[in-house]
Amino acid sequence: MNRGSMMAFRLFAGALFLSLCFAGALQAQEPPKAAGAKPEEKKAEADPFAPEPAPPLPAGMVGSDVNDPRTKLKPGLYDAEEAVKGLKPLVLLPKPGPFQLGADDPSDPKVQKTLGVLGIPNTAVIPKPFQMVMAQLAFANTDLAFKGKYLFQGNFYGVSIYDISNPAKAQLLTSMVCPGGQGDVSVHKNLMFMSVEMPNGRTDCGVDGFPPGPPPAAGVASKPGVPAPQKDRFRGVRIFDITDIRSPKQVALVQTCRGSHTHTLVVDPKDKKNVYIYVSGTSFVRQGEELAGCSDEAPEKNPNTSLFRIEVIKVPLAAPQNAKVVSSPRVFINPRTGAINGLNNGGTHGRNGLEQPADSDQCHDITVYSQVGLAAGACSGNGLLLDIKDPVNPKRLDAVNDPNYAYWHSASFSNDGKKVVFTDEWGGGMGARCRPTDPNKWGADAIFAVEDDKLRFASYYKLPAAQGATENCVAHNGSLIPVPGRDIEVQSWYQGGISVIDFTDAANPVEIAYFDRGPIDPKMLVLGGHWSAYWYNGHIYGSEIARGLDIMELTPSEHLTQNEIDAAKSVRVAELNVQNQQRIVWPAQLVVAKAYLDQLERSQALPADRIAAMRSAIQSAESSGLNPKDRATLRSFVQPLKESARTARSAVDATRLQALAGILMRPAK
Amino acid sequence: MEFERLRRQSVGKLRGGLRAAACVFVFAAAGAFASEGFAQEAPVVVQPGAPGKPTRVLPPTTKGKLPPVSAADVQFMQGMIMHHAQAVEMTDLINARTENRTVRLLGARISHSQADEIQFMKRWLVSRGQPVSDAAHDMHMKMGHASMGLMPGMLSAEQMEALRKAKGEEFDRLFLKGMIQHHDGALIMVKDLFEAAGAGQEAELFNFATDVDSGQRAEIRAMQKMLDNMTSKKEKR
Repeated sequence: MNRGSMMAFRLFAGALFLSLCFAGALQAQEPPKAAGAKPEEKKAEADPFAPEPAPPLPAGMVGSDVNDPRTKLKPGLYDAEEAVKGLKPLVLLPKPGPFQLGADDPSDPKVQKTLGVLGIPNTAVIPKPFQMVMAQLAFANTDLAFKGKYLFQGNFYGVSIYDISNPAKAQLLTSMVCPGGQGDVSVHKNLMFMSVEMPNGRTDCGVDGFPPGPPPAAGVASKPGVPAPQKDRFRGVRIFDITDIRSPKQVALVQTCRGSHTHTLVVDPKDKKNVYIYVSGTSFVRQGEELAGCSDEAPEKNPNTSLFRIEVIKVPLAAPQNAKVVSSPRVFINPRTGAINGLNNGGTHGRNGLEQPADSDQCHDITVYSQVGLAAGACSGNGLLLDIKDPVNPKRLDAVNDPNYAYWHSASFSNDGKKVVFTDEWGGGMGARCRPTDPNKWGADAIFAVEDDKLRFASYYKLPAAQGATENCVAHNGSLIPVPGRDIEVQSWYQGGISVIDFTDAANPVEIAYFDRGPIDPKMLVLGGHWSAYWYNGHIYGSEIARGLDIMELTPSEHLTQNEIDAAKSVRVAELNVQNQQRIVWPAQLVVAKAYLDQLERSQALPADRIAAMRSAIQSAESSGLNPKDRATLRSFVQPLKESARTARSAVDATRLQALAGILMRPAK
Repeated sequence: MEFERLRRQSVGKLRGGLRAAACVFVFAAAGAFASEGFAQEAPVVVQPGAPGKPTRVLPPTTKGKLPPVSAADVQFMQGMIMHHAQAVEMTDLINARTENRTVRLLGARISHSQADEIQFMKRWLVSRGQPVSDAAHDMHMKMGHASMGLMPGMLSAEQMEALRKAKGEEFDRLFLKGMIQHHDGALIMVKDLFEAAGAGQEAELFNFATDVDSGQRAEIRAMQKMLDNMTSKKEKR
């Protein structure tokens, strides 16, 4: 989550901000307006409970569909109405105790107690619905990572670890308290990595942050006293040993100048002894007194500025305590002039649709695909394509910008590495940006083709269903679903829910399944919805910011057959860190062949009688346990399939025909 | 187990009934645990230490806690309201003084976002029981020491007067120069905030201050470009 500069925090701020908008009682409490108050303010104060007013649809733009069943669902925290297509929700696990209120009534003593610990002095002046909002803010769920039977769910306050051996009966194992930012999380073997960016982050995972200094003398607020470097402050990437899953041990802390908003695990296929971490920092640069060498000066003044770069951490697997920053690649450099601020934002609008979009001095998130030697960087004002064959020294191959993009947020490759889906986190994730008057090219996915190491724009995709003014909604994190023969991604849209898209045809992405709940609250925007939705070993896991963890599965529909779902489920991986993309390899099993047959039938690439003959042969082979006679029959289809591949109408079908021929040649049990 | 055995011995007749009751009790307990997400083994709440230090087990009843809001946080918000208010005041001068479309568009953007942020800051302060302006500042202003109450980068009374009197291209240039000075001041305020002990640790304020920093940096660069363009056009003529 993040935008402009910080997605997650923006969500928080956004929610608070918007919720505060609704805090009608506040109005009466407000002291007289300061001199210089302008008509804009008066307008905004007229109805402080109303959601942020939606600006009109810009000329020439189109909004999302208001007649979609998802547009007007009944609100509620745990009892919201749901709209589902092509998915089956199995369970919603409420947020664990240490990270939640466990109440949805503002009068509940739990809410009041939490407000107390949050330092909210006098709840009498705060409208009831808003108290709920404030009490929930600091404990948002965030991104997900997976290893074996374990799921790791980041949170602003720490990490929750679940046992998902039986997804429908997933069990919480560990609540790890360790605040300091949105807690972006990755796992590799016995190590867990966690991002920290906020100034309250401590080396010891303490929850108290740092004590405020004495208030500045009256009238000199511009000089808040001596700088306060803190040796116990931590902003960067934490490394834990998770050998004991119920007791993660912190083994290393790698400090960086801007902290870590997100990070990406990089596993170099040629390097078995180390892994690398790409750090994307979007926050303020800390003072040099706290961490030597940090500077937020303009590049003209200081060529070693901490802006306009990412950091690369090298982690020796045998000695993670020796992890350190080994390079700070200048990915925004202009190779001709050598200027390190060499890229321009091409956006026409910023977070609220009017102001200037943020500059390209930071990456928000990077997805690496080591097997093809590429990374896609979502870097505030630009989308980057990087060569990472030498992971310590990524080199920029191409950079694009887009007038419809406010903030380049994240990226994912297709399995063949020939397409990239970028997301635009317009509004920072905290804003309602799927309203009927929000353009369907803003806050959307942008699909690019990768051709000769260049990015070529193909199309936009935005959640087709319009959402309400109290639902924070914009494109967010997603992962591939390993259906062979197609490019399918499951993606989260905050309170817009989860949308599954087929982008096999990069120019015409289509939605094939969805899940959505009504808003948490009908009158005010309460931060919530899905931060991430990822496929892992047969199920879809949705990290719900306010509500908890959703687990669901795909169901067959006109767009997706049971065979295609079963083929996706045949792929098993040992770990999943979505931004460290791994090539999907399908087993040569008949279930995968059946998925291809369904697709060839759908695209009418083969005559019906040939498809029927192959299906019948496969069925026979399955019941005989692949006896020699059935194997021979399957092989007899191989040559004709290869012929058909040569004359196929589309490259997609040709690939499917080839893959099908490969399985029938040597089917695996 | 021991409990059940003793019961069996002492009240043999009721044994069956008691066992059933015990079962019900165990079932109910299991149900209660399950409903809260407990596995066979209850989940643990832990807090790692610094590297080399042990991980501590916390009570299962542990609830979240956040660092305190500091005086510097409150003064930052109060000061930034005043700071932003001047930006809005400056943009209000535009329409009567220049026809330059880029300057007008820029002004609309700045006015919109700063007015929006003023609202946000007021709500942040009010919901924490804090006044929306700093009493000390107000006193200085009332006593006529206006410059003492100014936040970094704010235009002096003389600068504002010059801007009010300017027209056309002169206004454009003064406006851009003034707004760059003004935005540079906001960057200083953010830097000061994060360098104050114990400040900027509250998530909402952290996010807001970070947004101010990145947003105003972007606007400064845009305004610098506009100024450069004006200068090069003039030179061409």
